[in-house]
Amino acid sequence: MKSFKKLLFGIVPMMMFALLLSGCGVEGLSALKPMGEGAEIQLRIIIISLVLMLFVLVIVSIIYVYVLMKFRRKDDSIPKQVEGSSTLEMIWTVVPIILLIILAVPTITTTVELAKAKEAKKEEEINVTANLYWWEFEYPNAGVVTGQELVIPVGKRVGINLTSKDVIHSFWVPALSGKTDTNPGLDNEMWLHANEPGTFFGKCAELCGPSHALMDFKVIALEQEDYDQWLEDMKAQQDANTENLVADNQNLTTGEAVYVESCLSCHGGGKVAPSLTNFGDREWLIGYLENNEDDLKKWIRDPQELKEGALMPGFSEGQISDEELDALVDFLYDQKID
Amino acid sequence: MAHAVEKHPVTGIPANPEKATLEGKNKYVAFWFFLGGETVLFASLFGTYVGLLNSGAPEELRSYNIFEMGLVFLMTMLLLTSSLTSVLAMMNMKANNPGRMKFWLVITLLLGAGFLGAEIYEFIHYYHIGHTFTSSAFGSAFYTLVGFHGAHVTFGLLWITTLLIRNWNRPIDVYNAPKFYVSSLYWHFIDVVWVFIFSIVYLLGMVS
Amino acid sequence: MAQTTALQQPRKYNGIMDWVTTVDHKKIGILYLFSGIFFLLLGGIEALLIRWQLVRPMNDFVSGETFNQLITMHGTTMIFLAAMPMLFGFMNAVVPLQIGARDVAFPFINSLGFWLFFFGGVMLNLSWFFGAAPNAGWTAYAPLSTQPEASGVDFYALGLQISGFGSLMAGINFLVTILNMRAPGMKLMRMPLFTWTTFVASALIVFAFPPLTVGLFMLMFERLFGAVYFDPAMGGNVIIWEHLFWIFGHPEVYILILPAFGIFSEIIPTFARKRLFGYTTMVFATMLIGFLGFMVWVHHMFTVGLGPVANSIFAVATMAIAVPTGVKIFNWLFTLWGGQIKFNVAMLYSVAFIPSFLVGGMTGVMLSVAPADYQYHDSYFVVAHFHYVIVGGVVYGLFAGLYYWFPLMFGKALSEKLGYWQFWLFFIGFHLTFFPQHFLGLFGMPRRVFTYLPNQGFETMNLLSTIGAFFMGVSTIVLLVAVVKAFLSKQRVKPDHWEDGRTLEWTLPVPTPEYNFAQTPLVKGLDTFWLEKMAGNKRVSVAEPVADIHMPNNSIIPFFMSLGLFIAGLGAIFQMDNAVVGWSLIVVGLLITFVSMFLRSWIDDHGFYIPKSKIEADLKAIREKGDQ
Repeated sequence: MKSFKKLLFGIVPMMMFALLLSGCGVEGLSALKPMGEGAEIQLRIIIISLVLMLFVLVIVSIIYVYVLMKFRRKDDSIPKQVEGSSTLEMIWTVVPIILLIILAVPTITTTVELAKAKEAKKEEEINVTANLYWWEFEYPNAGVVTGQELVIPVGKRVGINLTSKDVIHSFWVPALSGKTDTNPGLDNEMWLHANEPGTFFGKCAELCGPSHALMDFKVIALEQEDYDQWLEDMKAQQDANTENLVADNQNLTTGEAVYVESCLSCHGGGKVAPSLTNFGDREWLIGYLENNEDDLKKWIRDPQELKEGALMPGFSEGQISDEELDALVDFLYDQKID
Repeated sequence: MAHAVEKHPVTGIPANPEKATLEGKNKYVAFWFFLGGETVLFASLFGTYVGLLNSGAPEELRSYNIFEMGLVFLMTMLLLTSSLTSVLAMMNMKANNPGRMKFWLVITLLLGAGFLGAEIYEFIHYYHIGHTFTSSAFGSAFYTLVGFHGAHVTFGLLWITTLLIRNWNRPIDVYNAPKFYVSSLYWHFIDVVWVFIFSIVYLLGMVS
Repeated sequence: MAQTTALQQPRKYNGIMDWVTTVDHKKIGILYLFSGIFFLLLGGIEALLIRWQLVRPMNDFVSGETFNQLITMHGTTMIFLAAMPMLFGFMNAVVPLQIGARDVAFPFINSLGFWLFFFGGVMLNLSWFFGAAPNAGWTAYAPLSTQPEASGVDFYALGLQISGFGSLMAGINFLVTILNMRAPGMKLMRMPLFTWTTFVASALIVFAFPPLTVGLFMLMFERLFGAVYFDPAMGGNVIIWEHLFWIFGHPEVYILILPAFGIFSEIIPTFARKRLFGYTTMVFATMLIGFLGFMVWVHHMFTVGLGPVANSIFAVATMAIAVPTGVKIFNWLFTLWGGQIKFNVAMLYSVAFIPSFLVGGMTGVMLSVAPADYQYHDSYFVVAHFHYVIVGGVVYGLFAGLYYWFPLMFGKALSEKLGYWQFWLFFIGFHLTFFPQHFLGLFGMPRRVFTYLPNQGFETMNLLSTIGAFFMGVSTIVLLVAVVKAFLSKQRVKPDHWEDGRTLEWTLPVPTPEYNFAQTPLVKGLDTFWLEKMAGNKRVSVAEPVADIHMPNNSIIPFFMSLGLFIAGLGAIFQMDNAVVGWSLIVVGLLITFVSMFLRSWIDDHGFYIPKSKIEADLKAIREKGDQ
């Protein structure tokens, strides 16, 4: 018994220590380290609600500890049978109501604030489409389609439209904002805002199949001029690819030819499979791996190995020989806009 | 329960034979709760139907272009009348007139069977013009809601028929009266659901 | 003529046939309890496998697909096949005794409810042996759940449908039992709190299960018969399932927690030797929670995109539930205040429940704040929250109830010594498992992920969480040892085992005779046994002389009705692969069910009487034993 209690009192410091070790999570990911307006607003109201609740916790704890210390059974006497007390019961009905009203007001105003996607869209609009297990990002005004890495300008709210091609997913960039579901057949909207340039981790937050855990993406925030430049470059590269990489072009390199034969039909428009227009610039492969040659080859040979349930077919040596694969990989890493 | 039940001087059975024993009372109360649950069940189906009304159906298969209002009106009349005859049967049960009770129950069954026949005819008709369970979300929702109701009617017919056959040669007593009474509650409920189907599925479907 | 023979010859069986045919609420309670414990173990093993997979980043102990099956089965099993049946077990074993009844209103339907639940549970778990378990989460969101290759979901849809019918019947049965079967003097506002919470939870079952029934039918029709409610390409809408599921799902939480509240409201006054503080408020708070429980389902769907107006309304409605719940917490504290608190295992669980559940309630209010929920939603924060509520509330309640009522149900007591070990291991393990998960969620870890990347800040907390889970695993083994030891022990308990019993169930002899009360008691107020004890009476007053007692006959029909639906359900699943086998099973199964129903309707069954002489003899034996 005694040793258990010691252990029990050991838990609390242990957890605090663990919390200390892990800090408040990783920068660029944790909702406790907000890097944009949405997450800041949300953290603020999280703290308001936490403080109100801690107030309740403290009061209950005081009564609780006092009662448990004071009223242990000492003898066989019968305590006074109290029916209740309307005063006390009034107090613990009314006080919580007041606390909740205090909480309800910012809840409503914040909900409204976070819903102002229409205004944001006038400035900047991006379409997000979730797929098993990758993300498509379309810039309708610039006519650019990309995947896996969402590039946004800093310092302003970016309007986002969300939908899905297959099952329900959920778009979550904890450091920038809470999540919004992407529902097939339905459209959602939200806004996203980043204070500073940087890379932020995004996750799928709705169970979508065996590789739900691997459906990560990145948000890259750029200064406005860099962002504009990026869009322009993307557009140019995209147009150039559309023109050059076609089946009847006789002047293709081996890598290009393999790409045109095996990859283009899905990856070409960036709608069936992620666009590879700026593949060479990407730090991450298939959302969660470091972008290196070995894993890329592994992925092309056997996608199921790295992402169970992925829709990309594997390519055996009979379909793409080792030499061709080398050429293809070289070609892919050449797909850069920087 | 062993205690003797007070009998009505004229009819020879208690004034409310369906609630004269504890078992009868239990059945009576339980059935009302059951109908409460059934109400939520149909409410969920109605909600689904309204959400999917005409969804995914091509113009020629939308509600206002396919519903046969004449037939639906006839079905409504059949079922409403059967509710009335079921009330008459229960009045005769309480008055200890087994013969007339049986007569009105048979009429109720015939009207119910007529309704069911018309519904089957209606479904076959829709099927032939292409409005099916799998043709659109609207089709799925329509057949689920109306079909659930139809299944309830079928079950009610089987139930009342079984009761009638079993008790054809037996007097009305505190043992079988609750059974008849509860089945007639069920029949009224089916009728009320149909009134909502008539308004929400058919009338709303015609004007949407 | 048929009547008299039926009355003279009670239909009785022995051994296993007795358990299969029993209509005695005490035995059905035991069946529910042990089936629930069996499924609790299954769900617990699944939980340990889940935690083992998450012990370190990029672990490959199980694949993503297997992991999804594990989480789905863990959630579904724990809610539908462990928590609910164990609560039904206590309700069956205790509620009729608490209100001074000889049985439930519908003993036959009681048995039917159990067998439906049992066959539904078996069907769900059969999925492991037929290729794949359901893998779309216990929430089974469409269209993930309608993907043709997710064949396990067929078992989910049909298994839950069948066991859901059972729950509905149990719910109606308890409502009527509590309304109609109370002993003289047992006014509504004299009923023990466990009876009250059973009543409200039963009402919730009756009104909350039908939306699930409809949802499951739709899921089944879409998966097996080509309907397209959830298929956007055919005009379907994927949100309909979410609405139906949560219109059921939120009240379901209260279906679980309210009876647990009831258990604590029995145990705390008993061992504080004090009347429940604010009884009337407690009753109304229970009803208010039950009522509000239907108004808040959208808080599970804040991120779906229903708009700021809907989100705000449901956020505020959700907050409102905190008020009656808070009232309850304070009422329990003030029941303890000024009491003579005895700490045994049942009481330890009840006392430990208060802070554990408080944390769950606090995070509940935090989650109700819609804009903050955009961060919490579908993250580990939510996992932490609902385990604090369901383990810290419901499971603590089940364990407390188990220690408390075990002597009443089995005539033997669980070892207090093993109980202390079990409690402390569980208490520590529970907090160690779930407290760190709050942080995981805020750090950005989504729930239902089969793995996580290194260097994202998730390692420490996941490791702690896994260690905690194994503490709970060990604790469960200790519990099993305690149960086995109790059954092996020869020491039988006396009536009113805890000596501080306040309610009618503690007035009964152990083991309780099949007719419960030889003479129906006369109830004089809240905690009538306590009142009688305080007035110096050894026994409660009775409301009737000794007389013949009418009892219902055992019946095998409920077993066959359920078996028929089970066979038909399997047929509905198999017809996808083999139409002939599938449809024959459907026909045979439904035939068994309908013929059973027909027989039930056709054969008059008036039960039998236990003669007065037998009861007098029983009474005499008990008095002699008591006087020794």
